[in-house]
Amino acid sequence: MEHYIAWSLLILPLVASVAILLDLYRKHNEAVFASVGSASLCFLIALLIAFGKIPEPVAWTWISFPGFNVEIGMVFDSLSKGMLLIVTGVGLLVHIFSIGYMANDPSRGRFFGGLSIFMFSMTGIVVATNLIELFFFWEGVGLSSYILIGFWFQKDSAALAANKAFVCNRLADFGFMTGILTFWWLTGTVSVRPEVLAQIQAGNLLAHSWSFIIAPLPLMALGLFAGCVGKSAMFPLHVWLPDAMEGPTPVSALIHAATMVAAGVYMLCRVYPLLILSPHGMLVIALIGCFTAIFAALIAVQQNDIKRILAYSTLSQLGYMVMAVGCGGPDAAMFHLSTHAFFKALLFLAAGSVIHALHDEQDIWKMGGLGKKIPLTSWTFGIGLLALIGVPLFSGSFSKDYVLSIAYAYHPGSQIPYFYWVGVFTAFLTAFYMTRLFVVTFFGSAHVPEAEHPHESPRVMTVPLVILAVLSVIGGYSIAGYGIKDYFHTWSVDQLQAIGQVSNTGAPEIDWILEMVVPFVFVVFGVGLAYALYRNRRTDPIHLAILAHKFYFDEFYDRSMVGGQQMAANFLAWIDSWILDGFIIRGTAYFSVGLGELLKLFQTGSLQGYAFLFSLGSVVLIYFTLFWH
Amino acid sequence: MDITLNHYLAVAAILFVIGLTGVIVRRNLIVIYMSLEMMLQAANLTFVAFSRFNGLLDGQVFVFFVITVAAAEVAVGLALIVALYRLKQTTQVQDLTTLKF
Repeated sequence: MEHYIAWSLLILPLVASVAILLDLYRKHNEAVFASVGSASLCFLIALLIAFGKIPEPVAWTWISFPGFNVEIGMVFDSLSKGMLLIVTGVGLLVHIFSIGYMANDPSRGRFFGGLSIFMFSMTGIVVATNLIELFFFWEGVGLSSYILIGFWFQKDSAALAANKAFVCNRLADFGFMTGILTFWWLTGTVSVRPEVLAQIQAGNLLAHSWSFIIAPLPLMALGLFAGCVGKSAMFPLHVWLPDAMEGPTPVSALIHAATMVAAGVYMLCRVYPLLILSPHGMLVIALIGCFTAIFAALIAVQQNDIKRILAYSTLSQLGYMVMAVGCGGPDAAMFHLSTHAFFKALLFLAAGSVIHALHDEQDIWKMGGLGKKIPLTSWTFGIGLLALIGVPLFSGSFSKDYVLSIAYAYHPGSQIPYFYWVGVFTAFLTAFYMTRLFVVTFFGSAHVPEAEHPHESPRVMTVPLVILAVLSVIGGYSIAGYGIKDYFHTWSVDQLQAIGQVSNTGAPEIDWILEMVVPFVFVVFGVGLAYALYRNRRTDPIHLAILAHKFYFDEFYDRSMVGGQQMAANFLAWIDSWILDGFIIRGTAYFSVGLGELLKLFQTGSLQGYAFLFSLGSVVLIYFTLFWH
Repeated sequence: MDITLNHYLAVAAILFVIGLTGVIVRRNLIVIYMSLEMMLQAANLTFVAFSRFNGLLDGQVFVFFVITVAAAEVAVGLALIVALYRLKQTTQVQDLTTLKF
């Protein structure tokens, strides 16, 4: 019986999405009921699983060859239980919020179908027992992300953004597949069950592998990390996430802020016991995460679209998480992931509420003075903001300080804890751009007449906001409940000490001033600076073109990748039309035609001529046959 | 003077050359056709001559087949010439150049 309940965690949203796909996409109320109903039941099941009422179901075999076994199963350990609660909990709240937000959309049935596919795939990623199963669901979230970014496909920008997200993820998945294959090659299994990973880490790598390529372990670590780079939008492939804001705001909250983009981080934590076998891989992960954190925060300072600011903030926070994994603190990464899921979902949903109130206005310079007019949205947004910038006692401060303390202990090649200081400076930037957003949007008076009379959102939208606001405050006190710290403790300390990367991750060598006071001072400085600069402003006093244009990355990719591809395509088209079609195909044809033109000159039409030549030929043949030796 | 194999072959060769010359120089299809038959008979003559001087009957049996086939061929060929004449009102080969480019 328990097995059926466990499996229905995956099957319910799948059934809902299939039902919507087949029939309900025209019947909006039934579609909403099916989707929200399945999400609620999933949350209940996740609660039962989290409290240990449901055991792991027996896995069934999917593919079985000698040396290659893939099962479909579920793994319930403290890592997946915590993630499961976040995914289904935030997912349910976003479903409920969407009932109000999408109430007037003519094709909201399709929207809820996409959400259900997402819930199916995301829970699948969380409970996957092996990398092949995980990859299957990984592509599933990619698909639902594509569907939902392009939900308003009538807009060219939305359709293009969906394509961009898909292409970026495809690119990364190539690396991910390389990582999975190398993983299988090194270990002889694709399983990521903790007990299997423990065995492998204890020295059961396959010996034959080492002779073939120079660095199999870094290849595996970086291959798996490439998957994370795509899904979590790390530095070289970060460009798709801001564009993904073309999707409806609840999608941005659920998929592109709280859960799906965190799947990369979650996957890294899953395979963490093998990642730490490659110190160089870990260093690359930390560097990329750290760079993304500060890079995205810098861009966010000069953006004007409320959702894009939040998107760059998401990039920056994901950078924190990846940096924490790379620095040897997966528990810090998961902790930050969970608090970030709450407050970033809250911020996005509150931004959605603002956009809803102003009839689809997203430019913060066309808002202003919303604080008094839509108080509930403003208050919840404010709470999310305080949690994000890491004001003490809000959830974000606990997780961010923990990440920073992990980063402080890891500084290979230098005496200066550079990851820590970049993290602290990013915290300053975060405080700056979020305060800028808040002051411009909610303080002062309306900048344009259209923003004079906003209306507060309906109850179905504000209740999820309030729940998330509460979670954003108290989420930081619950890490002991997840048990994640203990979960990773068994891996991390001994291993990292053995490698000699970190002196002692169990108790990082950081005092409380550096861990809590210094970041807070930077945050206060950022808030104060932004408040002084942006109070009562109607236009942006700072103009930094390079930041406003996102370091010209889109232009750069347009020139180098798209342009380069265009050049290659032109070259191949030239080869096709001139060498293949022109020379080989048409050349052969023209050669035959020409030869025929030449030979038809011999057809004189004179029968006697033919007869004469024929007899002459016969005579010559006979002569040679008889007398030629 | 004894009649030897060479005499027969000489006659056959003369017949063949006369026939070939007819085929090459004459313009009328019916005459060309007759010349062709003459070439055929020259071949038959060599068959019979060899058969006689080798003391075997194979050549004579073969000649019967050739005559049979030639009869059938004449029937078809003359029918074609009649049909061609109906179509073109001529049997002169220099006028029959439809297949020339």
